Amino acid sequence: MTSRDDILESIRANLPRVDRPVPHVPMFDEDPPASLLSAFKDSLERMGGIFLAPPASGDVLAPVRVKIAGAKVVCSTVPELSGSRDIATVGATQELADVDFAIVRASFAVAETGSVLLSETDLNINALAYLAQHLIVLLDPADIVVNLHHAYRRPEFRERHYASFHTGPSATADIEGVLIHGAQGVRSLSVLPIPRNHQPQPTSPQEKKHD
Amino acid sequence: MLHPEMVGAEDTQAIYRDGHRLDHAEGASKPLRSRPEPQPRGAKVHGNRPIDQAEAAARFIASPEHEKMHDERLWDLRQKRDREMHHIPEWEELRSLASAIKEHTLTHLDEYLDQFEARARANGIHVHWARDAAEHNRIVHGILKDHGAKSLIKSKSMLTEECGFRPYMASAGIEVIETDLGERIQQLDKEDPSHVVVPAVHKLRTDVAKVFADTIGTDPDNSDVHYLAEAQREATRPLILAADAGMTGGNFVVAETGTFVVCTNEGNADLSGNVPKLHIASIGIEKIIPRLEHLAVFVRLLSRSALGSPMTQYTSHFRSPRKGGEMHVVLVDNGRSERLGLEEFWTSLKCIRCGACMNTCPVYRRSGGLSYGATYSGPIGLIIDPTFNARKYSNLPFASSLNGSCTNVCPVKINIHEQIYAWRRELVKRHDVPLVKKAAMKAAGELLSRPAAYRVAIASADVALAHLPRFVIYNGLDAWGKHREVPHPPKQTFHNWYKANRGGEQ
Ligand code: SF4
Repeated sequence: MTSRDDILESIRANLPRVDRPVPHVPMFDEDPPASLLSAFKDSLERMGGIFLAPPASGDVLAPVRVKIAGAKVVCSTVPELSGSRDIATVGATQELADVDFAIVRASFAVAETGSVLLSETDLNINALAYLAQHLIVLLDPADIVVNLHHAYRRPEFRERHYASFHTGPSATADIEGVLIHGAQGVRSLSVLPIPRNHQPQPTSPQEKKHD
Repeated sequence: MLHPEMVGAEDTQAIYRDGHRLDHAEGASKPLRSRPEPQPRGAKVHGNRPIDQAEAAARFIASPEHEKMHDERLWDLRQKRDREMHHIPEWEELRSLASAIKEHTLTHLDEYLDQFEARARANGIHVHWARDAAEHNRIVHGILKDHGAKSLIKSKSMLTEECGFRPYMASAGIEVIETDLGERIQQLDKEDPSHVVVPAVHKLRTDVAKVFADTIGTDPDNSDVHYLAEAQREATRPLILAADAGMTGGNFVVAETGTFVVCTNEGNADLSGNVPKLHIASIGIEKIIPRLEHLAVFVRLLSRSALGSPMTQYTSHFRSPRKGGEMHVVLVDNGRSERLGLEEFWTSLKCIRCGACMNTCPVYRRSGGLSYGATYSGPIGLIIDPTFNARKYSNLPFASSLNGSCTNVCPVKINIHEQIYAWRRELVKRHDVPLVKKAAMKAAGELLSRPAAYRVAIASADVALAHLPRFVIYNGLDAWGKHREVPHPPKQTFHNWYKANRGGEQ
């Protein structure tokens, strides 16, 4: 008998003889915050993330440009900004170890927790979001859901190979409870709200893209 | 690989942003400062002989700096958990849902495992089944051998601790590198983790400085936490980049989609799963839940209960191997299916390993997790350890005051203290109880079964307690007085008070 059959047989022999129906899970969304973006901002900052406020006029991407100005290696997977290393030319994941800043766009975000969801489609190479020293995430304010119950109804969890909620930067407090950012992964995570169809000089109207 | 001018650019700013100390993740609300003191070691383990938890606890208590830091740090986590709970109006409803989902799943475990296996296979994951620890280790070794892998980076997993995975791999000539900071500290110190969430919580910064000075060559006189963490990051990163394979555990497994979910704060599971081409996940069969909508309930509860943060920094969903990668899942039984058949203890399989019961337990906070001499310590350990070995862990169900605090905080509503009590009865039946405790309990049992005699005894015991010299109460035979100050006896028993004030016996 295989281990599989052995284990399943042992489970069947030991199943508790009690009736426990599967419960229904409500959406818990009766009392949503007035602004999902500002609720997201508050949660993000509580978790150690940095919210980049776009200037009221002029270059929306200016806060990002300021951040990456002194960086040696910048790797971007978004059309809005180009870095010094083209992700398309990266072969092995290990080649990303010297990236100072990675710039990516989130699939969506969760107001309740301040999380952004990054999947293989957003990252191109998953390890980018962990080997880089700092991570900058672009987020369309239209892509924020109120809580995790809504989040788990999104299609990403059925369609993508890999999907990870990032809620602030890599953190640890394993030594006497002292908070450290950048235990193994990124030392900082910044989020810039900017619509997907944002164009500095719009030439033609573009459809808002959702996936 | 690191550009010097980039190091720590954001760090100080992030920790004290806007003048507020951030306290997300595992961060404490208040900084703790301790004076150096040698670290007390854990329980002495001699084969199958019963672990003397009290002896190891006494040594921990005798190290006041360690005891104080440990107690305060865990109580801080408990308080942050309370704060989070008060933020969520539906908290109790979530706990009830979590408990109901787990009980439903456990009573249909065969069906959901079957469903998970089919989906995972369809997604391109290799699924293996392991009856016990030895089979688990053999399977993983086999996969590594097939790929010629000589080094493995892994994220924290209590299941692999349970399986004795690292010693096995060492004997097979495969290098295993832990990537969680706390777990790495424990690995370098050749100690087991002392807590399921914060494995090195029993160590002072000076203990860590000593371990790192001896193993990765840091300055022995520098115990600055930022310095130590940075040194470890720099020492571990080349090992991560060079590893042949990565390993993770799994906090939750979703049958509907064939997904497994790993929750960490350091992102180290994501490094382990995404840097090398080969990813192996070892998962206990009880981690399964039916659907994605159920996952929301558990993700909302886990980190809030564990650390008092809304969510772990990273909650990662692995559904299939990435392009060019290979993914294996090993489903491990190791006594779980048998535990399912224990009428009084099967609901312990609902546990999501949040550690909340440990953080709140007065015995755990003062004795340290290593005093239990077992993979699982604290209240949940008292229940599941005897199912692994009833003789070796026969003392553990007595390391509890049965105050019920663990039951109150448990996010999946396990009746922990009742199960601890049930084990005491069970062990007495099996004659696995130490002699002194047995004699004391027999006397107590007889007394408790006769209310009139009990009242007389209580009245006279209180009189005796008030007048007897200390050496009579605190002697070697009285296990109760050993590590406790016996409370001052009341002037009057409740029964006498009731008789006097509420008049007449019924
Ligand atoms: S028994 Fe409950 S409180 Fe303790 S670790 Fe498990 S889930 Fe958490």
